[in-house]
Amino acid sequence: MFDRLLKKPLAALVAAAALAGLAPAAAVAAEPLKVGFVYIGPVGDAGWTYAHDLARKALQAKFGDKIKTQYVENVPEGPDAARVIRDLAQQGDGLIFTTSFGYMEPTLKIARDYPNVKFEHATGYKTAKNVGTYDARTYEGAYLAGVIAGGMTKTNVLGVVGSVPIPEVLRNIDSFTLGAQSVNPKIVTKVVWVNKWFDPPKETEAATSLVNQGADVLFQNTDSPAVLQTAEKLGKYGFGWDSNMRKFGGKAHLASATINWAPLYEMLTSQVLSGTWKPAQYWWGMKHDTIELQDISPAVPPALKKIVLEREAGLKNGTLDIWKGPIVDQSGKTVLPAGKVADDAFLHGITFYVKGVEGQVPGR
Amino acid sequence: MDMTASLIATTLSAGTPLALAALGLLINEKSGVVNLGAEGMMLMAAVVGFAVALSTGNQWLAFAAGAVTAALLAGALGVLVIWLNTNQYATGLALTLFGAGLSAFIGIDYVGKTLPNFTAWNIPGLSQLPFFGPALFRHHLMVYLTIVLAFGLVWFFDRTRAGLVLRAVGESPESAHALGYPVRRIRLLALMAGGALVGVAGAYLSVIYTPLWVQGMTAGRGWIALALTTFATWRPARVLLGAYLFGGVTMLQFFFQGSGVQVPAQLLSMLPYVATIVVLALMSRNPQWIRLHMPTSIGKPFTPES
Repeated sequence: MFDRLLKKPLAALVAAAALAGLAPAAAVAAEPLKVGFVYIGPVGDAGWTYAHDLARKALQAKFGDKIKTQYVENVPEGPDAARVIRDLAQQGDGLIFTTSFGYMEPTLKIARDYPNVKFEHATGYKTAKNVGTYDARTYEGAYLAGVIAGGMTKTNVLGVVGSVPIPEVLRNIDSFTLGAQSVNPKIVTKVVWVNKWFDPPKETEAATSLVNQGADVLFQNTDSPAVLQTAEKLGKYGFGWDSNMRKFGGKAHLASATINWAPLYEMLTSQVLSGTWKPAQYWWGMKHDTIELQDISPAVPPALKKIVLEREAGLKNGTLDIWKGPIVDQSGKTVLPAGKVADDAFLHGITFYVKGVEGQVPGR
Repeated sequence: MDMTASLIATTLSAGTPLALAALGLLINEKSGVVNLGAEGMMLMAAVVGFAVALSTGNQWLAFAAGAVTAALLAGALGVLVIWLNTNQYATGLALTLFGAGLSAFIGIDYVGKTLPNFTAWNIPGLSQLPFFGPALFRHHLMVYLTIVLAFGLVWFFDRTRAGLVLRAVGESPESAHALGYPVRRIRLLALMAGGALVGVAGAYLSVIYTPLWVQGMTAGRGWIALALTTFATWRPARVLLGAYLFGGVTMLQFFFQGSGVQVPAQLLSMLPYVATIVVLALMSRNPQWIRLHMPTSIGKPFTPES
């Protein structure tokens, strides 16, 4: 009890001292900046959390003894998240990355209590004086995967295992379909939702069921490699998502759409180190090397690979817009008139399937 | 592949872990012990089975390791509920919580590791048949062994002396004791034998069904297996049917989604439990049914008086 009572003011003191070291004048201070990471899954999930942890390691390597990183994994969204974030702030972390959508409210709440600590929340939309948000344009990877899928399919049926029907995931399914249609207008995309981010047995069942219904190229927005593994087992094609998953299905793996958070993390950290950090909303994609398409399979014919690389270059130099009208939704309604390019607000509010996706968006 | 054929095929493989676990629990319950630790035992067997498969590359060793792990846990449960007469329900629940936690801890290093693909066993000749080949004859050996096991248990309970003794212990431990049978030792053996099957089910999940280890990957299958024994009114052949029915419901849900029919997933995933409650309600309307198949002394501790 006493210990508890003492600890808080003491930790606050330490935190204050650490933060004092961040002031521009004292930027040369020997005290390293402590950078904390809060993860939703295990660092070995081979997907989302794994990608964040790779970037954390890159960050540590780049800044050396100027920073000290630490992480807490498997933190459920809810009361535990608030406790973990508060704990990191108390330990004197000067910059804390909270890497799941559901950490939004806890992050904002703790940020109010620790005005000198900088918080960066992934995939959220609310900012505060000391809270910024960041995200990756995962749909660009989905689009390129779609281009490959459209070129590789024999049955013209593509299967997507969806996680949770939120705009981010719908955007990925739509972008995947748009990519496929750009090389093969005949394709249809079938979607099966598992309503989980990470449930390998269920992802396996969903993937099997898609194959049963004729899909010969699978794609997923879930976090485990189970869908790719299933594709391998059934002799179909699949993709890696969030991180390079080639080792989970040597023959099935067509490419991996990965997220490289390192450039963004490095920029934010050096901003905090130099005292120039301001809350902002970053949404980086291929242009900033945040989204990458890795390890295109030798099974992809050279002509198709050339198209994919061209599109990738287009996304990188900004000459290609995935969401450029005319785009028609499932019911045939034009959601984006010809020639118009969707802005970020539009992309954040996608709640429909584009034409070519079968089925209905759950709950609509 | 024909759609119906593949629906049948996936139903069979989805039902197999449920059937295995439920048959194990059936042996437990026939001897008069309710094992609410099934979910935790499955998880422990899943992680140990995965670890063994990863280090040896041999699936049968993995099954054996899973079986031994779960049997040992069942033995521990047995000592508690049979000799120390702790409450069967509370102790079983504790075992589930323990297994969930410990398996997650043991499994930390195995998250994200991959196993070689253990291929299905195409029955020569039969697997080439149109429709029936892909539907029935291209499965993992464990799928067939499970069916054999179910019918083996029918024979065991009805036709063998050991089976009758086991049932007697579950029906009326006092009478069995009076006849000179070691009731508590028989219950322990039944608990461990059943536990081993639950363990095989767990290893099947992590080694064959989804060759991955993930924390909490059984996702309630232990509970469904428990519900199944009741649903099947404690008869092995019905357990098998029920397992395919419950396994099929999941596949059907994805099948519906893919073909554009919207059925709320949450609604379908509670179906097994609803079905069990319906069966329980029906059974209590007809006391004859209960008397026929439900082990009378289920859940009741027994202390031999000497």
